[in-house]
Amino acid sequence: MTLPLIVYRSLRQHALSTLITAGGIALAAGLLMTVWRVKVESQAAFTQTSAGFDAVLGARGSKLQLVLNAIFHLEASPGNVAAADAEAIRRHPMVKAAIPIAVGDNLRGFRLVGTVPDLFTGVEYAPGRKYVLEAGGRLFAADQREAVAGSFAAQRLGLRVGSVFRPFHGLNFDPKAEHAEEFTVTGILAPTNTPADRVIWLPLRGIQTMAGHDPKAATDVSAVLLQLRTPTAGFMLDMLYNKQGNRLTFAFPVGAIMAELFGKISWFDRVLELVAYLVALVAAGSVLASIYNSMSARQRDLAILRALGARRRTVFGAVLAEATVIGALGAAAGLAAHFALYAGVAGLIRAQTGVVLTPWAFHQVLVLCPLAMTALCALGGIVPAVKAYRTPVAETIAPVS
Amino acid sequence: MLAVQQLSKSFVGPDGARVPVVSVPEFQLAAGEQLALRGESGSGKTTFLHLIAGILAADAGRVEIDGVEMTALGEPARDRLRAEKLGYIFQTFNLLQGFSVLENVLLGMSFGPRGADRAHARAVLERVGLGHRLGHFPRQLSTGQQQRVAVARALANRPRLVLADEPTGNLDARHAGEALALIREVCREQGAALLLVSHDEGVLTQFTLRQDFGRLNQAVREVPR
Repeated sequence: MTLPLIVYRSLRQHALSTLITAGGIALAAGLLMTVWRVKVESQAAFTQTSAGFDAVLGARGSKLQLVLNAIFHLEASPGNVAAADAEAIRRHPMVKAAIPIAVGDNLRGFRLVGTVPDLFTGVEYAPGRKYVLEAGGRLFAADQREAVAGSFAAQRLGLRVGSVFRPFHGLNFDPKAEHAEEFTVTGILAPTNTPADRVIWLPLRGIQTMAGHDPKAATDVSAVLLQLRTPTAGFMLDMLYNKQGNRLTFAFPVGAIMAELFGKISWFDRVLELVAYLVALVAAGSVLASIYNSMSARQRDLAILRALGARRRTVFGAVLAEATVIGALGAAAGLAAHFALYAGVAGLIRAQTGVVLTPWAFHQVLVLCPLAMTALCALGGIVPAVKAYRTPVAETIAPVS
Repeated sequence: MLAVQQLSKSFVGPDGARVPVVSVPEFQLAAGEQLALRGESGSGKTTFLHLIAGILAADAGRVEIDGVEMTALGEPARDRLRAEKLGYIFQTFNLLQGFSVLENVLLGMSFGPRGADRAHARAVLERVGLGHRLGHFPRQLSTGQQQRVAVARALANRPRLVLADEPTGNLDARHAGEALALIREVCREQGAALLLVSHDEGVLTQFTLRQDFGRLNQAVREVPR
């Protein structure tokens, strides 16, 4: 009862500094866990997102740009693929499935992507998972001005079955660039937690023949999404298109190309990590400073305890326990701060890319970081605990007569 | 109960020289006895009590409490002996301001062999007339009530010896008389010996057994005043 009571009363007595210090620790722990999880889990989510395809064939240019454009629906298309080239890859014996896509228009900032119905009927966007339409919807007809909306885009734009819209030219929303054609929504896709949720899908011909688009390119596509029969096929096609040919780019494998991107921006992760570590150190320092500063006011209490029979190790333990409790309180609040921060970041990433990070998923950093922060605070408590240990009893409780 | 032999203590003065403060050749107190030591301010009587309590380490000499030679013990053992055998009433009460009345008494008990016995702590506080103030904090009490908490805390562990350092120094005459009577009564009830130091003649005359600390402490004679 003694030690908990001493610690509890001391924390109560210095409630304001306890709260401020624990708040600093919470911020540091929350930041650390969030930076760590966003880094690890976003990297995993991006490198594992392939929409069910092994490779992408596109115009000559950057493989990363091609993947970002065709799989993540970000970035501009590097150019067009001629219909003959798209047909050639579709007929290639090593290709299991080839889905052409065409981009170039938007609906109030959400991308319109032209494709073929096979995407929704024949492709698993993740192992064992096919696109599903919400009740009451149907796929667009390939020769009609119809559309199927991804769940997130539909929710944000207020689209439902029967909604009619006019596309806007270009990938960025410009109210003055409205097309004359009207499209009717025939279905809303159930959430897939992939970038497809942010897309409004049209028939390929719908995009290709939109008024204002170059009639010479009316049969071209932006890219062809490919499923290969064997992994070795990817290396052979890579040789064919990237090394021997010079008109098209074959991006394979999709995950490795995204991993390259994260490799290039890893310096940014390290900067964030460093900032978080510094914040953690400052927080531990603040525990030291907070308890140390209150020591002069508390030395009399500690001397009284010693005069009552408390041993040096008891007062040492009490101060150390206090620092540890402040650390633990801060770490617990840090978990709450982390989940709030992470939910915000995950929402932002989802809104921008369609990639979903799950805030409630378990990650070992959620255990290790609070433990490390608590241990760091306990370390910060050693200096004031030593001061408590050395408190001269007789000098402190009463002047020597 | 208490036996002191050749006990001495000196401190380093501002000029770096050692200044003797306590030098007591011999002093004894029997079990259950109540004795008052007369001493002026600066006579070394607080230091003498600190040496007996083991709060200060002596330069030389012996202090024996209830058959145990305190001066031969290491610091942890001295702490344990103090918690087991001694009760200390300070002039300024030295209550822990962040703790309630009951917690002050419980904390005093918790370092002793019996541990924090809540029922006994309540009983002792009721005995000193504070049964209705258990949850109050020292700042919410009058000076006289604070003194009674200090008495309860010193006696809650059923000590064999109670040391009282100017215990009524902060009280007016009426409250001082009441407090002194209470301390003596409770010590008597529990069979604890009482060693009280004071410069107040009003207090000292209450005791049958009195000694002049100025005569007892030879160090005082050596210090130029």
